[in-house]
Amino acid sequence: MTTPPMRPKRKNPVLRTPQVNLPPGARGRVALGLTAAASEGRFELQTCEDCGAVQYPPRESCARCLSDSLRWRRHGGAGCLLTSTMLRHSNDLFFRERLPWRIGVVQLDAGPPVIVHLHGRVGDAPARVRVGARLDRSGQAVLIGVPEEETVEMADDPKLREMTSDPRFRNVLVTDGKTAIGQAIVKAMVDAGAERIWVGIADPWKKLPGFERIAALPQVSPVPLDLSDGRSVDELAGEIGGKVDIVVNDAEVHRTFGISSRRGTDAARAEMDINYFGALRLAQAFGPALRARAADGIAHATAWVNLLSIYALSNFPPHGTFSASKAAAFSLAQCLRAEMRPAGIRVVNVFPGPIDDEWNQNLPPPKLAPSALAAAIVRALRDGVEDVYPGEVAQEWLERWRENPKVLERELSTPGH
Amino acid sequence: MQPRTRRGYEGVAVATPVTVPYQRFSTRGAHWFIGRALLALLRESGLSKEDVDGLIVSSFTLAPDTAVGVTQHLGLSPRWLDHVPTGGASGVMALRRAARAVQAGDAEVVACIGADTNHVDSFRHSLGSFSDFARDASYPYGAGGPNSVFAMVTAHYMRTYGARREDFGRIAVDQRANAARNPNALLRKPLTLDEYMAARPVAEPIHLFDCVMPCAGAEAFLVTSESRARAMGVPHALVLGAIERHNAFAEDPVMVRGGWRVDRDDLYTQAGARPGDIDFVQTYDDYPVIVMMQFEDLGFCEKGEGPEFVRAHRMTHDADFPNNTGGGQLSGGQAGAAGGFLGLTEAIRQLTGAAGERAVRDARLGLVGGFGMVTYDRCLCTGAVILGRAA
Repeated sequence: MTTPPMRPKRKNPVLRTPQVNLPPGARGRVALGLTAAASEGRFELQTCEDCGAVQYPPRESCARCLSDSLRWRRHGGAGCLLTSTMLRHSNDLFFRERLPWRIGVVQLDAGPPVIVHLHGRVGDAPARVRVGARLDRSGQAVLIGVPEEETVEMADDPKLREMTSDPRFRNVLVTDGKTAIGQAIVKAMVDAGAERIWVGIADPWKKLPGFERIAALPQVSPVPLDLSDGRSVDELAGEIGGKVDIVVNDAEVHRTFGISSRRGTDAARAEMDINYFGALRLAQAFGPALRARAADGIAHATAWVNLLSIYALSNFPPHGTFSASKAAAFSLAQCLRAEMRPAGIRVVNVFPGPIDDEWNQNLPPPKLAPSALAAAIVRALRDGVEDVYPGEVAQEWLERWRENPKVLERELSTPGH
Repeated sequence: MQPRTRRGYEGVAVATPVTVPYQRFSTRGAHWFIGRALLALLRESGLSKEDVDGLIVSSFTLAPDTAVGVTQHLGLSPRWLDHVPTGGASGVMALRRAARAVQAGDAEVVACIGADTNHVDSFRHSLGSFSDFARDASYPYGAGGPNSVFAMVTAHYMRTYGARREDFGRIAVDQRANAARNPNALLRKPLTLDEYMAARPVAEPIHLFDCVMPCAGAEAFLVTSESRARAMGVPHALVLGAIERHNAFAEDPVMVRGGWRVDRDDLYTQAGARPGDIDFVQTYDDYPVIVMMQFEDLGFCEKGEGPEFVRAHRMTHDADFPNNTGGGQLSGGQAGAAGGFLGLTEAIRQLTGAAGERAVRDARLGLVGGFGMVTYDRCLCTGAVILGRAA
């Protein structure tokens, strides 16, 4: 059965903070296709281009016709639970700490039988279930069978919660509260049930529109934070680093220049200083504290969100230096992910298209509303997704980039695009 | 498609069953156990190393070595060599390969050895890297190892055919009674059905006494021609029929039957026997449900009648349907790949008058099952051999 999680009790400072143990994270190269899809929230199975067979576990050849033309294709996940077991023993420390643990075999309607984790509300076999792929705490995809009928409390299942980073009961740092985006994120975190939200302000003397309304919320505490200043970052980390469960780095500088439209490097430098070096300062100051608290109770440290840009994938010349800084930030975020994954902290990279703010004033719609971006971030945390491309423009660019990055480069460099 | 005819195993003998006593844990390597087994084979047969011109080995813990490394390690120079990394099916498969080599004249005396060591943490280490599919698609799901897979197979069998835990208990309890008369069995304390039922759950519906205890040890035998065995003057049994099958019934979403079923007619035809003629069986007993499936798939009862069959028969060595007369792995311990040889050494002992106080009276025909390699959601390898008493 699923019981909603209770607000965690205050931590007893005398007790040792438990260290994290991760579930088995080794996968072969082919099996990582499942992880690649799950990292964007999709359940995909290997499908043979020649004979149409859907197969699992992933293989190098089609087990039916031996073709090697295998594509990962989206799968609805409907199926029937045929058998299950409640494990009372495990050879792995992660599961040992969480016994009993229920798994089962589901025969997918359009495919093979699959071994899955079972949601607490799935009944005895035979039972209709829906299988989805999630990233587990090792960062690798696993399959989980949930009841066919979705219910509101479904996300409260402890197994699902382990695979996601629900803000509920968690302490969140939003690095920049001066922007509409930052304020929308704070609001969304409050709505999602976050316990406490620290919101960074680089220039506290400035009167910022909308900020007072956010700061007045009981969960919200404004804190001084200037990502261009290493000492400011370190001071805040010293103060709250040991309490933050989710970092949302939304601080960014965005100027609308290419190379020849402005002489000198001052604007580009400012972008790099916040978008790239700021992220680096933040990661060096807060990363170790998050890693150390990855198993600290049910509201343990869980995620790190980077606000990147779809321009990180391919340079958008009218915003050329901004694109370059976001490409650098993206690369750094991959490094951060590699360093956080062994600790069980999820790094969520968000790649929005143009946001409906002053720096995209002369870009035509559709533009992403700050509230939609904030909602996408909360949804990603709740769904356990690690790469998010919110909005129609981002989705379209992603599709074009995946299809042929070179073609996209040419398209973007064509004036009037 | 079945081949129309299979050559029989006429003229092939199996001899000198040896067991390197099992230990729960050992600090020795697999090479040590293989060395002890080979030495015992030579002592029992009176042969020298030079007389052994064929070698086939099965071992998990030998890695990164394979059988060829063993030749240098033990100073052998065989003219025929094979390695069967197929665990619980490796004994039957080794016998089949060795028998054909002997029939073809590629080797005269083949040493068949299954051996594994067991260090304190080696079982756990073997699980996650057992196969690609285990690493990718079963171990990350609770890391229960084979227990979790066979718990689901057992639960499904119970739901489909109405088996109860007590039915599996009968198998375990009778095997424990047999083990009491086997000095090499690790678990010899009598077990009652009540104790079986009251055991702690491991992976429901599997409880403690449904599981084998991993240990270290070796089992081995020689395969040679009947005439050579006679000339050597060693007690031996004859190979009457042998089958193997891999990845059978892949279309069954959960395993309810094994590959024995595909080839069993050939097995009995080769042996000129019917299930009713068999005097004892040594089933592969990683879990009782697999024993029950072998009763069905090897033709002792129909599919789904396993529960009724075990209710109607006793399975001790002195009863009407002797099964795993030395206690099997459930009571003897599972010495890795040696577990795939255990049924064969026990069957040879039964057919050569070497089974001591657990002897099956007037045993002339024995059937041995093999079952191995749970790479994902079931074991892929199945095999079976019928051995007969030498005239």
